[in-house]
Amino acid sequence: MTTAPSVADRTPVPQLNHTLTAARLPRWAPAGVAALSIVLGCAIGAGAGLASHLQWGLLAALLFVAISFGLAARVEGVRQAKDRIATSLIWVAFILAVIPLVSLMVYTIQQGAGVVNGDFLTHSMRGVVASSGPGGGIYHALLGTLQQIGLATAIAAPIGLLTAVYLVEYGRGPLAKIVTFFVDVMTGIPSIVAGLFILSVWNIGLGFQYSGFSGSLALAILMMPVVVRSTEEMLKLVPNELREASYALGVPKWKTILRIVLPTAIGGITTGVMLAIARIAGETAPVMMLVGVWDSINSNPFVGPQESLPVFIWQQYSQVNNQYGYARAWGAALVLIALVMGLNLIARGIASWRSPKAGR
Amino acid sequence: MTSSPPPDFSEKSGPPASTGVRPPASTGRSGQSSLKGNSRLGDSVFFGLSAGSGILLLVIMAAIAGFLLFRSGIAISKDHTNFLTTFGWDPDNILKPSFGIAVLAFGTIVSAAIAMLIAVPIATGIALFISHYAPRRIAQPFAYLVDLLAAVPSIIYGLWGALFLVPHLNGLMSWLNEYLGWTYIFKTTDPGAPARSLFTVGILLAIMVLPIITAVSREVFRQVPRAHEEAALALGATRWEMIRTAVLPFGRPGIISASMLGLGRALGETIAVATVLSSSSVLSLHILDAGGGTFAQNIALKFGEAGPLGKDALMAAGMVLFVITLLVNGAARLIIARRKEYSGANA
Repeated sequence: MTTAPSVADRTPVPQLNHTLTAARLPRWAPAGVAALSIVLGCAIGAGAGLASHLQWGLLAALLFVAISFGLAARVEGVRQAKDRIATSLIWVAFILAVIPLVSLMVYTIQQGAGVVNGDFLTHSMRGVVASSGPGGGIYHALLGTLQQIGLATAIAAPIGLLTAVYLVEYGRGPLAKIVTFFVDVMTGIPSIVAGLFILSVWNIGLGFQYSGFSGSLALAILMMPVVVRSTEEMLKLVPNELREASYALGVPKWKTILRIVLPTAIGGITTGVMLAIARIAGETAPVMMLVGVWDSINSNPFVGPQESLPVFIWQQYSQVNNQYGYARAWGAALVLIALVMGLNLIARGIASWRSPKAGR
Repeated sequence: MTSSPPPDFSEKSGPPASTGVRPPASTGRSGQSSLKGNSRLGDSVFFGLSAGSGILLLVIMAAIAGFLLFRSGIAISKDHTNFLTTFGWDPDNILKPSFGIAVLAFGTIVSAAIAMLIAVPIATGIALFISHYAPRRIAQPFAYLVDLLAAVPSIIYGLWGALFLVPHLNGLMSWLNEYLGWTYIFKTTDPGAPARSLFTVGILLAIMVLPIITAVSREVFRQVPRAHEEAALALGATRWEMIRTAVLPFGRPGIISASMLGLGRALGETIAVATVLSSSSVLSLHILDAGGGTFAQNIALKFGEAGPLGKDALMAAGMVLFVITLLVNGAARLIIARRKEYSGANA
């Protein structure tokens, strides 16, 4: 009864303050220390003649950590000081991660924006001497990429979908457990290993030549486990009451799955498939190995080498390897990133638009 | 629990709802026995199809292992030197084919280790930032951004790494050489050369695996029971002490398996490494010096001019890589399976 009013109207009773609520640094302390350490960092940096502004920043960051630790340890105690250190380290981690990721995006857009135009998107590299000047385009690569990921989706999506149906609707016993485990492990197969496998079976074993289709076989292997996992998650979210209601009406199981379960989860399944497509659209190594490189339009994915966007980037970077090649590589990189990001955004849009809500 | 799903049924799945009503009507017309026979046939066909695709996946995995083993067996039997300890890679030498994975194994392990050393603490920090530190306004879009970045193709990371990161790392390299050169590891024999070294590859791989490690550990941190956190805070813990005593112990298996997923990706990364690294068959502990190689990078680079035996030799390298990633991923999955709720495979 006696302490409540004194705390409420903040009477300055020093002893009471110390025992009940320990002394705290004011709310503006972190900002103040940050400003102070930036000023100090710049002062020392300029004074000592350090050339790189990065070193100024590092100095300021070190000063910030040291000063805030010292201050907090003096005023608030060591435990609070440690807490402040942890907070600032976690903010540092955040900033450290943001720098390269933002730089990647900004740099790609900066370099690519000047290259991409209507001409670049609608012409192939046929007859263009790539190393001696600008010109040419990525139409053949765009076409190849779209055909290859289309074929890969046509192979992987049904198999992945059916496997997920098996795991969720039928899966009991050891087989389901083994399949689940190996689907998980399969997500981690390096893309180059998938490429080598198709190479050894399809091209060396069965004697097929370079073609877009053999690339899509490798891409399909990479895509299947991703489709299985995301579809599985979505099917698990379909409320059991729906299935039971359907069985109660005498609908057989397969019809229940086809007409009730899959339509309910279709939004999430589409999302998963599109995320998987986005993942394989940027695969370079297996495509390079199985599809080859080609500078003209080849609209038949079953015969002859094709180009694809990632391989185009690689070719322009490593084989042309001069400013013209780099410019074309950045242009293609911008188109590829736009394609992948677009697929991602559409997928997430579909996901939030019609995903089954978890039963709660 | 039971109140919400029925409305879900009526509003979400209009067409299914009507199909759900139709069968009884048709039952009356078509008769009991034919419907039963039909549904049995349909059921067994559908079960066969779905179980068949599950088995197909297993067959593919087995076939990958089988074919790579078979091919690499051919290659290794023709190798005139020890496959494990040879540095060079010259399988198409007609007189004396010789190739080995010593340099590749070293490069793969070193670059992946550097990537993990950098990425795991930072990714854990970012995951904590998103789940416990950031204001809600920032956390949601930032988590979204991290997920998007997981989808950036590796060739673009490679291009950025070669044309942006390498020139910008020169300062750091000379600093490390100047002040930490005495450690032998950070000594540069050729100062001023472009930083196309295993160290740079490690940094690039760290940036590439950050999003996946962050995404998986974030999901784990979100599932820490609120009661644990509140209990810690109620006992007077500061926020950091709460995280250390409640969040991290709960999330440890999640962090481990997230890191191993990231490790699997770093080990198998091909094209980004091939773009950045200037490879050679030299095994050097000076990780700032250009040179060395990794399994995947070697396969991608040597494939173009490989002859028949050369291709088989690359398959042998691929087989080793396959086994390593299989072990790493399998271990990650076994750890993750202890807590079934988060899997992270779709991240």
